[in-house]
This record gives sequence, C-alpha cells and structure tokens, in this order.
Amino acid sequence: MKRFSIFSLARNALTGHRHWEKMWRSPDPKREYDVVIIGGGGHGLGAAYFLAKEHGITNVAVLEKGWLGGGNTGRNTMTVRSNFLREDSVPFHEMSLDLYHQLSRDLNYNLMVSQRGMITFIQSSAANRVALQMANTMHIYGAEYRMLTLDEVKQKIPIFDPSPDMRLPVRGGVYQPRASMVRHDAVAWGFARAADARGVDIIQNCEVTGIQQENGAVTGVETTRGLIKARKIGMAVAGHGSVVASMVGQRLPITTQPLQAWVSEPVKPVLNEIVVIRSYYGTYLMQSDKGEIVVGQGCDPYPSYAQRGTFPIIEDATTSMLEVFPSFGRLKLLRHWAGMLDIPYDGSPIISKTNTRGFYIDVAGSGGFKTTPAAAKTFAHLIAKDTPHPLAEKLGLERFSSGRLIQEGGVSANR
Amino acid sequence: MLEIPCPWCGPRNESEFVCAGEADRKRPSDPEAETEEAWADYLFNSTNPKGVVREWWWHVSGCTRWFQIDRDTVTHEITPVEESSK
Repeated sequence: MKRFSIFSLARNALTGHRHWEKMWRSPDPKREYDVVIIGGGGHGLGAAYFLAKEHGITNVAVLEKGWLGGGNTGRNTMTVRSNFLREDSVPFHEMSLDLYHQLSRDLNYNLMVSQRGMITFIQSSAANRVALQMANTMHIYGAEYRMLTLDEVKQKIPIFDPSPDMRLPVRGGVYQPRASMVRHDAVAWGFARAADARGVDIIQNCEVTGIQQENGAVTGVETTRGLIKARKIGMAVAGHGSVVASMVGQRLPITTQPLQAWVSEPVKPVLNEIVVIRSYYGTYLMQSDKGEIVVGQGCDPYPSYAQRGTFPIIEDATTSMLEVFPSFGRLKLLRHWAGMLDIPYDGSPIISKTNTRGFYIDVAGSGGFKTTPAAAKTFAHLIAKDTPHPLAEKLGLERFSSGRLIQEGGVSANR
Repeated sequence: MLEIPCPWCGPRNESEFVCAGEADRKRPSDPEAETEEAWADYLFNSTNPKGVVREWWWHVSGCTRWFQIDRDTVTHEITPVEESSK
C-alpha cells in the first residue's frame, strides 16, 4: 500500500492523476481461510482490519454480496455520538467516538470527521428528565453532555427563531460537543484499504447462500462463487441478520425495519450543529459539508426488507422540522433512501457467540454507523480469542435469557 | 404507504393501524416448566423472515379490531387471512 500524503498528492497531481494505485486487490477466493467475515460494510471490514492489526490473524476473507459499503454503511445519516442512557452503552459508544477521532491517522485515510456537536431540543418535561439522567450517566464515564438554556440554543443556532405559538415550545436543549459527522463511504473504503494492505482478501459480488457445519461447529460457507472453508465465521450483515443466522438455525431477538433519510439541494452554511427536534423520539437534521440539509426520523413502524420507506414518516418529520425551521420549507428535496435496521429487542448492539461453535454475530443495533469502530474492534476480539472484549461483555445473546437487557431509549430508531 | 384490509372496515390507510408482530408466536402453556432459553425465545426472538409473514394488526384508530394478515416483507403484498383458518 502506497501511503497517502501531501507528497503523493503533489506527485499524482503533476502526472495528471493517472497513476494512483488501486486501493485494494480483487482476488479470487482461496479454498480455505481461518476466518470468513460475511458482510463488507463498515462493521465487517473493520473487524477484518482489527483481526489483522491487533490479533495477527491475516488469513481472512470478507465476503460482500454487492459492493463495499453498499448496504447500511452507505444509507445512514453520518452521525456519530455517545449520548446514551445505560452504563453498559456509554463506554462502548465513547470508545467508538475515540476511535473515529483517531482512525483517519491510523488508516492513513481521511474520514472527514467534522466535530459539529449535537443539540437535542427539550420540548417536554419528560425529555428534560431523560436528558438529565443521561447527562449524569455520561459524566460518570467522562463524556460531556450539558444542558443549554433557550438563549444558549438560540445563540448556537441563529436560524432557529421559535415562534410563540409553537405546538411544543422549545424550553432549552442538551448538548454533546463531541458528536460528529463522518464521511460514511470513507469508513468502508479506509478499513478496506488498510485491511487489504495487511493481507485480508476482500471479495465482492459474492453472496453467502449457506453455512456448512459438522458436529455443531462451522466448517465453511457456500457462496455464489463456490464453497469456501473456514474455521470461524463472523456475521456482520446489517439488515439481513435473521436471514443469515437462519442458515445455522439461530433465531435472533431482532426485527428488520427501514430507517429513512432524505437530503435537500445544497445551500450556503446555515446550520453548524446536528439538531434533534422533539427530543429523543423525534426528527434529526444537519447540514452536510456539501451544504445539503439531511433529515431523518425514527424507523418505519413495521418490519420490511424493501429498502424503501413509508410516506407518513416523511410527512411527520417534515411537519416537525418546519415548526422549528419554517424557512426550510423553501428547500427542494434531492434524494431519499432507506437503510434496513436489524433492531434488537432492547435497542442495544449484539456482539455474541451463538449456539453453533465458530459462528459469531455482530448485530449493529439501532443505528450501527456510530458504533462501527467499537463494534469492529470488540467483534474481532471475540472472534480471535473466543471471549468477549471487556467493553462488550454485556452485549451477548445471554442477556435475553438472563433478563439483563440494556434498554436504550436514546437510539435513533425507537421501538 | 400500505392499505391494510380490516375485516370489519375494509381497506384503510396504514397509519390507522399498529403492527403487533408475528402471529405464529405461541405462549408456552406452563412457563415455569420452560428453560430460560425457551422462555426468552418466546419473549424476544422473531422469525423475521425475508418474504411472507403472518402478522397481527390492530385497527387502533378505527374499529379497534385485532386480525391477521399475510404480508410479504419485500414486495409488501398483503393477503387477508380467513377467520376460520386461524
């Protein structure tokens, strides 16, 4: 791998950008690997990267049925944050933020981390109580989360001019300064390039159609490109967890639901912070580096694999956005999409062994983009050592039979 | 936007309904006799199929009736379930 630097940029600029090398190889699959990762998004590629970097396991293949980052890694709203409610969630998401803020350097790939901060509007006393509770939990783990008065909110967001007859008046806000926006495609590409440089085979257009086992342990995967033997298999398939897990007869406590988002035409900078309206159950919006206003809301209210959303969500989100930012009514929509979330029953990620030996699962949880590096790192640890990473000890499937759920209300896609 | 066939009111807009989950879930007759895993399977796990699923829907903003439909989670095609087949 040739490192990117100011000198490589200058050298390639002078030669007309004709000599950039490919960022990763496209090898044919070998007959056998130590570890096969199913799913070439941020989580899968990241897990392969950490397996190679931290555990010295380089005989690894990442199998992707489409193209890299073409699933939920390319279908989120780029937001990374750690404002969560439970003591098992906050340190995990803090690790994710820490990793995001240093990965550009480690991967030698610019993830374009833009630390905008996130302001959640407080529009009810219930939201105020939840915000205070979250702030207390987060402070224990060193994560800054502070309450803002209405005047402070107005100061930070000049375009916000609350009208006195708002249906749900904004009383103030709660602010996480370290919440950021990260270029989502770059996460997949950066991990892919760094993993490939350490010897990981990345195989695209290779769909897994079955999983072979012997005596309760996995032995390989059947794919559209033939049989590939593997001692261990890691599943990192956002939106298809139940489908792939059913290949080994594993039922999961998840439902698959679409999460929609849409963007406007680009406009001049008007909104620095990421804004959440109507508190934790509401609409979120932000302005991308290109100037588009990105809007999203909670997920659709019934299971679907259709990669498209239902209209009432758009109508509801637009209504609440216009109540707070009436001027955005003049914006034209450019694109709209839906990602498929595998939503665990309690809203928290599942990083776990299964009943089949050698078959490990990483179910991203509600909004897996923000957890990508932490999930990848802890998932690689679990696969390599067969014991959970200390920060993911509570995230196993056992929590459902022991009753020790990690209920999260502060997730983007509430149940 | 789905049009849900309520057996009482006829086809109505999806926003009048609540999807109440998979219909093939059966509560164990004696929960105390179940293992922790089997009880958790009943409480939390779903089949979550990519394809046709039989579901409970609740016409909460209408006649408040509960009923079942078969719905394809990819094409969103809906087939009513005959009352007698339940």
